[in-house]
Amino acid sequence: MSKISAFLKIDAEHVAGDLQAAGAKLDGAPVETTLDFSAVSRINPKALVAMEELARIADEKNVKIGLRGVNVEIYKVLKLVKLVPRFSFLN
Amino acid sequence: MHISDAAQQPVPMPPATKGLSSERTAYLDGLLSKARNAAAVFTQYTQQDVDRIVKPMVVAGLEQAQHLARLAVEETKLGVLEDKALKNMVATEFVYNYVKDKRTVGAIREFPERGLVEVAEPIGIILSLTPITNPTSTVLFKCIMAIKTRNAVIFSPHPNAWGCCHEAVRIMYETAVKHGAPEGVFSCLESHDLEDNAYLMHHSDIGLIDATGGPGVVKAAYSSGKPALGVGAGNTPVYLEKTADLNMAVVDILTSKTFDNGTICASEQTVVIDDEIYDLVLKKFTDLGAHVCNEKETKILERTVIDPATGFMQPKAVGQKATDIARMVGIFVKPDTKMLIAPILGVGREHPLSVEKLFPVLSVYRAKSVGEALKVCVDVNHAGGLGHTAVVFSRNDEVIRQFSDVINAGRIIVNSPGSIGAFGGVYNDMVPTFSFGCGTGGGNSTTDNVNIYHYLNIKRVARRTQAHMWFRVPNQIYFNLNAVENLRQVASSSTIIITNPAMEQMGHVDVVRRHLPPQTLVHLSVIPDAEPEVKTILQGVETLNFYKADQIIALGGGSVIDAAKIMKLKYESPDADLEELAAPFMDIRKRVVEYPTEKVHRARLIAISTTSGTGSEVTPFAVLTDKARGRKVTLADYSLTPDIAIVDPQFVMSMPKVLTADTGIDCLTHALEAAVSIHASPYTDSSAMQAIRLVFKYLPMSYAHPHDEEARSMMHNAACIAAIAFSNAAVGVNHALAHAFGARFGVSHGRANALMLPHVMVYNASVPSKFMPSPNQKGYVAHKKYATIADLLGLGGNTVDDKVKKLVAATEQLLDQLAIPRSIADLGISREEFEAAMPELAKIAFDDPSWRSNPRMPLVSELVELFWLAYEGRALGKTVVVPQSKAR
Repeated sequence: MSKISAFLKIDAEHVAGDLQAAGAKLDGAPVETTLDFSAVSRINPKALVAMEELARIADEKNVKIGLRGVNVEIYKVLKLVKLVPRFSFLN
Repeated sequence: MHISDAAQQPVPMPPATKGLSSERTAYLDGLLSKARNAAAVFTQYTQQDVDRIVKPMVVAGLEQAQHLARLAVEETKLGVLEDKALKNMVATEFVYNYVKDKRTVGAIREFPERGLVEVAEPIGIILSLTPITNPTSTVLFKCIMAIKTRNAVIFSPHPNAWGCCHEAVRIMYETAVKHGAPEGVFSCLESHDLEDNAYLMHHSDIGLIDATGGPGVVKAAYSSGKPALGVGAGNTPVYLEKTADLNMAVVDILTSKTFDNGTICASEQTVVIDDEIYDLVLKKFTDLGAHVCNEKETKILERTVIDPATGFMQPKAVGQKATDIARMVGIFVKPDTKMLIAPILGVGREHPLSVEKLFPVLSVYRAKSVGEALKVCVDVNHAGGLGHTAVVFSRNDEVIRQFSDVINAGRIIVNSPGSIGAFGGVYNDMVPTFSFGCGTGGGNSTTDNVNIYHYLNIKRVARRTQAHMWFRVPNQIYFNLNAVENLRQVASSSTIIITNPAMEQMGHVDVVRRHLPPQTLVHLSVIPDAEPEVKTILQGVETLNFYKADQIIALGGGSVIDAAKIMKLKYESPDADLEELAAPFMDIRKRVVEYPTEKVHRARLIAISTTSGTGSEVTPFAVLTDKARGRKVTLADYSLTPDIAIVDPQFVMSMPKVLTADTGIDCLTHALEAAVSIHASPYTDSSAMQAIRLVFKYLPMSYAHPHDEEARSMMHNAACIAAIAFSNAAVGVNHALAHAFGARFGVSHGRANALMLPHVMVYNASVPSKFMPSPNQKGYVAHKKYATIADLLGLGGNTVDDKVKKLVAATEQLLDQLAIPRSIADLGISREEFEAAMPELAKIAFDDPSWRSNPRMPLVSELVELFWLAYEGRALGKTVVVPQSKAR
C-alpha cells in the first residue's frame, strides 16, 4: 500500500499561523506530513504553542510529522520544551 | 538550561503541595508552560536583542519609581516614600549602569593567552521570592537581570507586598514584550499561597530559586533541593574607632539607619564606639536629631520592639518612623526625632536590642579598647549577622585590617553607610544589587552581591594549550681526549676535589691536580665508593667550609658527582632541608618545594665523569641514601646541575668490561626513554637519537676493544648526550622497574635496566591500556618514535610494527654481545623468591616517579607482568604466565 504524504513550506513571517493550518489539514488523508522550516530562522512563543498543538493533533490522528530544514537554534528550543521526540527531523 | 529529557516524568507532588486543588495545579502549570516556552525561545536572542529590551525597561522603571514607591508604602505600611522611590531608581539606573556594557549572550569573556572562552548559557525559569521590605525595587532589579541574561521569571512576592509587586512586574513585562521579549517571560502569582511556592520550588522546570527575604523563605528555598540563591537576614555590627572622621561617621550612620526607616537588612544595628569618643559621638547624634534613651527607656524598648519569646524584632516595629515607635512604646521624644539610640552592655539574649532591628533603633556599646570593640563586633556578627554586612569607621588601616580579618561578612563597608554602601555603586565600587549573598555563615551559596552572573550558567570553552618546554644544559661541556686540560682556564683560590679511593689509586686525581692553575690551593676529600649518605655529605660540607672552597671538582662516577652536587647545595645554602627538597612532584615547574636561591657561599662545581653511563656530570639529579631511615631520596633541580662538565675519555679507558656493558646500557636506556617520553621535544630528540646511534655503533667496540680510544670517547660522549636528553625529557617505566628491582636484589643499575629494556620497549610500542595525559603530544607516538630510531640505525622494515620489532631485536642482540644476562632467572634468583618479593616490588615501582613521563601509564598489574617478563627473559613473541597468588 502506498503512503500518502503532504509537504508544507512554513513562512518565516507566519510560523504560528502556518502551523495551525497544518494542524487543521491533518484531518485529511495523509499519514505523513513534512513541514519545511528552511525559511524560518527563529520562532516565538506563539509558534511554540502551535507546535505543541500540532504534535498533539498528530498523535491523535496517528500522523507522522517530519520537520525539514530546522536550524540548530530552533532545534534547541524544541529540545528545551521537550518537543523533539514528537517530530522526526529531516535534512 | 536545566530542563532535561528525564524531567518529562510526572513531577512528584511534594508533601507541602498535597492540598493544592487540581485547578490551582493547572494554573501553576500554565504559568510554568508559558515561562518554559519563553525561556526556550529566549535562547535564540542575541546580545543586541536583549540590550534593546533592557534599556526601555530601565527607563520605564525610572519613570514609575515614585508611583511604585507610593504603592509599596501604602500596601506594606513600611518605609518612606522618598527612600523607596530612590531605591527604585538605584535598582534601575545604577544596575543598568553596571550591566549595560556587560556581555551576557554567547562569548562573555575571552582569555586568548590562556585559550579560554566563557560562554553564557541561560538558566531557564527562575522562581523569584521577593521581600516586603524592598518589594518593588527588588522586582525591578530582578527583571532587568533576567532579561539581560535571557531567563524567564515567575515572581512570588511577599503576601503583604503582592499588589505593588504585581504592578512592578506588569510594568516590566509590558515594556519588555513591547520591545521584543518573548511572551510569558515574566509572571506573578495572582495570589499568595505557601503551597504554591512549595509546588513551584519542587517543580522540575524551575532552574533556580532566587529567594530574598526572611530566614523561613531562604530555608525553604535551600531545602527544595534546587539550586538556590537564598539571601536573608543580617545583623550589622559597626565599629566606630577613635581615629574616624566623627562628623562623617555620624551623618553616614544616621543616613543609613533612617533610610526607608531602616528596612534594609544591611543597615547598622549595633555601633561599638571607643570609650574616648563615646560621649562626643552620642552628642553629635543628638545634635542631628537622634534621641539617646536612658536606662529606663532602653528597658522599655527591649521588651516592646523585641519579641521576648523569640528574641527577634517585633513585626509591628519594622519600617516604622522613630517617632511612631517612641509613641507606640511610650517614650517621649521630640517631634523631629530621626532615630532612637539604645545603649547596651553586651550581646545575646540577655541583651535583646543586640539583634537585627529593621527600624530606626540603633544599639550602641562603649568599648574600653580596640580588642574589646572587635570582640563585641564579632559577637554581634555571630548573633544573626554572619556573612551579611559589617561597617567600620576608622582612619587606621591596621584597625580596618583587623576588623576585616575577624568579621565574617560578605560586605565590609569602610567609612560609609552600611545600607546604601552595601547596595554597591553609590559609595563604593561594589556590584550594584538588591540581594546580598551571605555565604555559608548565613546559610547561602555566595557572599557576592547577587548580579547577572548568578543568573547564568557559564560554560568554559578550554582550548588545548601547550605547556612551556625547556632545554637546559650546563654552561660549559669540554669533551674528547685531554679535555681535562681546560681546568687551566678556571681560576680558583681554594679547590676541593671530591673523589673515591679508586680514583686516587688509578692516578686520576694526580691528572686533575696537574691541570689546575698553579696558584690554586687544592684539597682532597675522599669519600666511599657508594651512593652518598647524609653523613658523607655533612662531612664534605665541613671540609668545604673549613677550606672556604670556591670550587668543587667531582671526579668519579655517578655517586661521587651526586655527592658533590648535594655538598655544594648544603655549602651554599646551609639551611636547605634535604628531606623537604626531596618531596615528590609531578611537574618540576609546579612543584611545591622551592630550592634555595639565597646563598651563604658560592662555589663552582666541575664534574669529571669516570664512567660512561649515568651522565651525572650534566644532570640536575642527585641520589642520596638515608641509612638511618633505610631509604633513598632523589633531589632534582636545575640548580644542582654542575657548572662545567668535563667528558674526557682518558678517565674511562680502564673501565672493566662488565662496567662498560652495564653503564653503556644505562646510557642507552636513558636515550630510549627520553626519546619516547611525554616530555620529549625536538631538542631532546636530537640528543636522544644521536646518543642511541653512538651506543649501537661504539658500545660493542668499546666492550670488545677496551683500548679503542675512539670507541671509548664516543661512548663517553654518548652518555653525556643521553643525559642531556633525559635531563630535559626525563626517563620512564624502565627506570621505575630497575630502581625497585636493583635495590631489592642488589643488582647494578645498568644491569637492572638491561633486564627490563626489551620488554619495556615492546610494552611502550603497543596500544596502551591507559594513556598518559600528555598535552604536548598529538596522539600516541611511542611506536613511531621507535620506528624512527630503527630507520636511523638502518635496521630496515616496511611498517612501523616491523621497524619496532627490528629495533627490539637489535637491542637484544646488543645485550647478547655484551654478555649481559637476559633474564632475572639467569642471575640465580629463584622463582619463589621473586614471587615473594613481587608485591613489594610492584608497590615500589609504582611509587617511583620515573614512570610519570612514560608514554604508557602503567597499571600495577602491568608492572607485575613486566617484572615477570624480565624474569623469564627475551621480549619478542614471549608470553608469560603471571602467578596470580601474589600478583598484587
